[in-house]
Amino acid sequence: MVPIYTYIALSAVLFTLGALGVLIRRNAIIIFMSVELMLNAANLAFVAFARMHGGLSGQIFVFFVMAVAAAEVAVGLALIVKIFETKHSIDIDQMNMMKG
Amino acid sequence: MSVDLVLFGGLALVTILSALGMLFSRNAIYSALYLIFNFSTVAVFYLMLSAPFIALAQITVYAGAIMVLFLFVIMLLGAEQTGRTPPTWWMQPLALSLAGILILEAVYLIVTHRSSFPALQATIGDFGNPVQIGELMFSTYLLAFETIALLLLVAVIGAIFLSRGRKAR
Repeated sequence: MVPIYTYIALSAVLFTLGALGVLIRRNAIIIFMSVELMLNAANLAFVAFARMHGGLSGQIFVFFVMAVAAAEVAVGLALIVKIFETKHSIDIDQMNMMKG
Repeated sequence: MSVDLVLFGGLALVTILSALGMLFSRNAIYSALYLIFNFSTVAVFYLMLSAPFIALAQITVYAGAIMVLFLFVIMLLGAEQTGRTPPTWWMQPLALSLAGILILEAVYLIVTHRSSFPALQATIGDFGNPVQIGELMFSTYLLAFETIALLLLVAVIGAIFLSRGRKAR
């Protein structure tokens, strides 16, 4: 059995990579996918701690996080499609109608 | 070096490389495929952590439903447009350096403080199988379960409302 701190370190690395993706990329869909990567990293930490404590509450929480992520993706992608209909672009540098 | 550690090391490398591939790929479809690969690897981690139900829920929900939705929208809206230099030219190098520092610091801190993690508890019986998860979810976490159902309903209503055409009022 691999010690649990390795899973936590991997979760931290994946979370940072997700945050990096949100900062670096300009395509709105790639940013959304980076947010999903961050949620996944948190899920991994939850499951690792659930195994460490021998309790199932961490896994239950992961189940709920997955449901929330699915709901968020549905609504978020509908929003992106609507924005594309208006602006004909998903480059976030051009989403500046609320500027000023 | 036990087999478990080698297995974990290889899978962790694949996970990080696929995440990097998702981040730095020019084509949005390749990014989505890299992310599907990442999710499948994380599902294998869940199996190693005695969470079989969560592992298969990950494959079904994340890799099977969410990423398919992403692929649909990517194909609907067109692939990545290779952009000009953004007006904030300093953001990408700054983000890369900050992320690098954070990754190094986080891994260093977690590894040096590894003795402060509690010891591994023994698991009871079929840990993580659907029966145990169902028993817990429908007793202790029933309110959260019902709230999640309500949230999914709201998401469905929202998605339908947002995707109405202009003429269909």
